[in-house]
Amino acid sequence: MEKPLTGRMRLGEGPVDLDAYEKAGGYAALRKALLRMTPEELIQLVKDANLRGRGGAGFPAGVKWSSAPTGVDSPRPKYVVADADEMEPGTFKDRFLMEGDPHQLIEGVILTSYAIQAEIAYVFIRWEYTRARRLLEQTIAEAYRKNYAGSSILGTRYSLEVRLHVSAGRYIAGEASSMLNALEGGRAVPRPRDPLPTISGLWGKPTVTHNVETLCNVPHIVSNGAAWFKSLGRTQDAGTKIYGVSGKVKRPGAWELPMGVTVREILEEHAGGMRDGLTLRGFLPGGASTDFLTEQHLDTPMDFESIQKAGSRLGTGGIVALDDRTCPVGMAHNLITFFARESCGWCTPCREGLPWSAEILAALEKGEGSPGDLEILEDQCRLLGPGNTFCPLAPGAVEPLQSALKYFREDFERHIREKRCPWK
Amino acid sequence: MILTREEQRHSTLSEEVRSEMLAAVAACERKRGAALDVLLIAKRYYGWISDEMLRELAVILEMSPAELDSVATFYNQIYRKPIGRHVILVCDSVSCWIMGYDLVRVRLTARLGINLGQTTPDGRFTLLPIQCLGACDQAPAMMVDGELFVNLDATTIDEIIQRYP
Ligand SMILES: Cc1cc2nc3c(=O)[nH]c(=O)nc-3n(C[C@H](O)[C@H](O)[C@H](O)COP(=O)(O)O)c2cc1C
Ligand code: SF4
Ligand code: FES
Repeated sequence: MEKPLTGRMRLGEGPVDLDAYEKAGGYAALRKALLRMTPEELIQLVKDANLRGRGGAGFPAGVKWSSAPTGVDSPRPKYVVADADEMEPGTFKDRFLMEGDPHQLIEGVILTSYAIQAEIAYVFIRWEYTRARRLLEQTIAEAYRKNYAGSSILGTRYSLEVRLHVSAGRYIAGEASSMLNALEGGRAVPRPRDPLPTISGLWGKPTVTHNVETLCNVPHIVSNGAAWFKSLGRTQDAGTKIYGVSGKVKRPGAWELPMGVTVREILEEHAGGMRDGLTLRGFLPGGASTDFLTEQHLDTPMDFESIQKAGSRLGTGGIVALDDRTCPVGMAHNLITFFARESCGWCTPCREGLPWSAEILAALEKGEGSPGDLEILEDQCRLLGPGNTFCPLAPGAVEPLQSALKYFREDFERHIREKRCPWK
Repeated sequence: MILTREEQRHSTLSEEVRSEMLAAVAACERKRGAALDVLLIAKRYYGWISDEMLRELAVILEMSPAELDSVATFYNQIYRKPIGRHVILVCDSVSCWIMGYDLVRVRLTARLGINLGQTTPDGRFTLLPIQCLGACDQAPAMMVDGELFVNLDATTIDEIIQRYP
């Protein structure tokens, strides 16, 4: 099984350093693209490879790149921003990639910048990722020293400035348009969907933003080609994916596996199944903002389409397992409380509806729920659903709640009937 | 190094800090673009940002103090109130919750004698909740002064506290 993203990492040996990275073929892709490919060819290659965004939405990277203006008269400077603000509960893949092989990300950033002919690239990283921050600072300095970044890269006419931006927390800052406001020194609140950031992004200039994992794939596509990349996936989706598992399984962790392996394979073979004495009741397939799925979905391939057909989203691929000794109402309460705290407060349904829902769930947990509460929660799920708010935070927030109400209905009702949490 | 409260009260920005801030401002397309850099530099030296300091920073960034305050209060990692010598960030997100966040919180609040959001009377620790620290596979997790601690239980929590005088 090929593992392009993690293949250079050695357990217990610390991050792949510049020397090891180069010896294992690192920066050969950059050399190849800059010396032998036009930006247009690079964009076409990534389109052909069908690289889809790993930050949650799955948008095709090549399509995003080609929506940025090209040519001598396009607005300048153009920007590329790597989104390393990872805060989706249950997700730790970007930290794993940055701490394991930081040059891989930087090479991906430089290649993407070359494709859209950007002048400036940022890595936008959360403050709490202190180890990754230190590593990336050093990695960027090394890239400059070797002339992989800076002026006239590898003797070509292409120049790029690479910067590290340390952000200061808030989940919403990782949303692509909010991230641009954060980079402009403002509150990280979302921007209107129109115009596209690729037309008018950072400081009003064309800006391509990508998740860390998406960018890490780019060097490998350049080195090995589109057909190779597509052959890595087990289903129609291309490439590998970093899947993670947390919760009460035997071996929580992260693994690089072919796109489209089944949930069962990840949970049972890699995470070792549930701890002794526990059974699986459900799981969030891709972080906190994805709908619960249950045992009946274990044979679903973990790719964009299949998980969507099952009624959820691939999201970040960070699976959170719910066991039979953990209260599903308590879990929904924890999730909604998180989203209530992280709402930016701009739209009424999100600002008011999330704290209201959190209060009801808290009351249920305390045995103070009343008949009708579940209907109010269902109303909230509709009111906060797609199309009713300014950004996707609110629709994401109610995904686990609406599916918890569907799959664990009896548990919610018991809380009301017995006037207590049966798990306490 | 975080200054003591007494030192903080008397300090305006030192020359060293100011020149670091000016360099950050100069490296940005527009001055205000360095707002977070400047706030984080202030955090690194002084821990928290007083009203007096906020006004000084606003001048450097050519922003109004009110606007800079709206930015400063938006982000988790910028403190507008005095904090302890050490800041404990305890993850209360879903994977940690499943793996025993409640026990971690109870242990910490009992050992420190304070609730979340408070600082010990001797100014040693500030205890704050934080969202997912990206260590869900090693939950429960917390961070002290930027250092990550994972797989927490009562014993390890007690040991970690000892390490921060
Ligand atoms: C509330 C919210 C938070 C988000 N946080 C992140 C994040 O921390 N990292 C990330 O890569 N994408 C995050 N996203 C998704 C981005 O908006 C965007 O879809 C993604 O970064 C695009 O990159 P990709 O095409 O490579 O997936 C978030 C979205 C929302 C709505
Ligand atoms: S949905 Fe929530 S987070 Fe998004 S803009 Fe509205 S209030 Fe802000
Ligand atoms: S949920 Fe605590 S580290 Fe992710």
